Amino acid sequence: MDKEFTPISIPTTLYKKIEELIKGTEYGSVSSYVSKILRDSLAKNDPGAQAFTKEEEEKVKERLKALGYID
Amino acid sequence: MIQPHGGKIVDRVLRGRDQEEALARARSLRALAIDAELVSDVENIAAGVYSPLEGFMGSGDFQAVLSGMRLQNDLPWTIPIVLDVDRQTASPLKAGEEVLLRAEDGREIALMRVDEKYEYAKEETAEKVFGTADPAHPGVAKVIRMKDVLLSGPVDLIAVAPTPFDRWKLHPKETRVLFREKGWRTVVGFQTRNTPHIGHEYVQKAALTFTDGIFINPVIGRKKKGDFKDEVILASYEELIRHYYLKERAVMAILQMEMRYAGPREAIHHAIIRKNFGCTHIIIGRDHAGVGSFYHPYAAQDIFEEFPDLGIVPLFFRSFYYCRKCGSVVNEKICPHPPSEQIQFSGTKIRDLLVKGECPPPELMRPEVAKVIMEFKDPFNE
Repeated sequence: MDKEFTPISIPTTLYKKIEELIKGTEYGSVSSYVSKILRDSLAKNDPGAQAFTKEEEEKVKERLKALGYID
Repeated sequence: MIQPHGGKIVDRVLRGRDQEEALARARSLRALAIDAELVSDVENIAAGVYSPLEGFMGSGDFQAVLSGMRLQNDLPWTIPIVLDVDRQTASPLKAGEEVLLRAEDGREIALMRVDEKYEYAKEETAEKVFGTADPAHPGVAKVIRMKDVLLSGPVDLIAVAPTPFDRWKLHPKETRVLFREKGWRTVVGFQTRNTPHIGHEYVQKAALTFTDGIFINPVIGRKKKGDFKDEVILASYEELIRHYYLKERAVMAILQMEMRYAGPREAIHHAIIRKNFGCTHIIIGRDHAGVGSFYHPYAAQDIFEEFPDLGIVPLFFRSFYYCRKCGSVVNEKICPHPPSEQIQFSGTKIRDLLVKGECPPPELMRPEVAKVIMEFKDPFNE
């Protein structure tokens, strides 16, 4: 399937630094590296990513204790 | 803590008043019976195991996954998660209609809003997912048996179907709390559908040397004939962990899901699931999720090159064996001795010994583990 892409501009010096950084890593291109960083950043800023209220977390800990996973 | 796939853990498990209201509403809804594998998929969607999926896939994501191994939003995803029904059942359903999903025993499982119903090409689906249309492949055979129409839409779980293994069932939100409580910043996931031999232990401990903890995550659910029974796998791992692992470094919980035997595509699927559980690394061995000789032994490792944005680090292991000369488990990179010194971890050989009631040699299997397996009258799936 064809994926849709949009070009964005970053300073050439930054591009070159990233190019150096990803040499020998699993990132095949500057674009794939930048996409990964941006996805992580978006995810961190998503309020929906906060998993639990305090009360819910206490319940989880109780269950984990009851099952012997934590002391 | 590692971000879940897509950024957040899906939670569509109804609780309290929402659950009561759903149950009351369910009485007036059309009910669809789903089999045990689909019940597991519903639970996995609702509990966030399949995050970011909120429901069964629509035709857009289905086609995107088949052809490009990504969801329409470009996130890696390799296995279609779909709900199949026959044409007669699909016919009266309208887009936007809410239906009740029932287990085969009649238990209310979930509500689902039907967003779309669509047909699909079975042979093409099998070919894309499994790399073959050969009906001898168990995944292909399953696709051929599937019904003709797929329904998509979000699911809301009313009740978890009880299993004999609930004591080992943790959801991603729970494992994430668990790993944090253990103080683990890096966690390696180990997928298994087998009882552990010494080779498995070697791989796990090699990986654990470089991470804070290991999450042993046996797949519980439909497997092929001759595989070890779920209860045998769990009992044998419990015994191994009790005798040979530090309690503060290893935990086990189940993944209730059918094996698809989709080889490389399933390896990516397994990695995404472990990422959602909070693992930063996953062990990918030889012929991961393969069956017979349908896949190249290292195809499930090579495919990771296509997913630099996966977000979980695969740890690749090649063949390993016991070397008499080295006196330990080794692999082809570290042992200089000839094949005559090697003892292979042959599943068939270990199995034959266990069937005869003979304990495999300690170079192949821990005696405590072998003893537990032999205590089961029939440890294998019929």
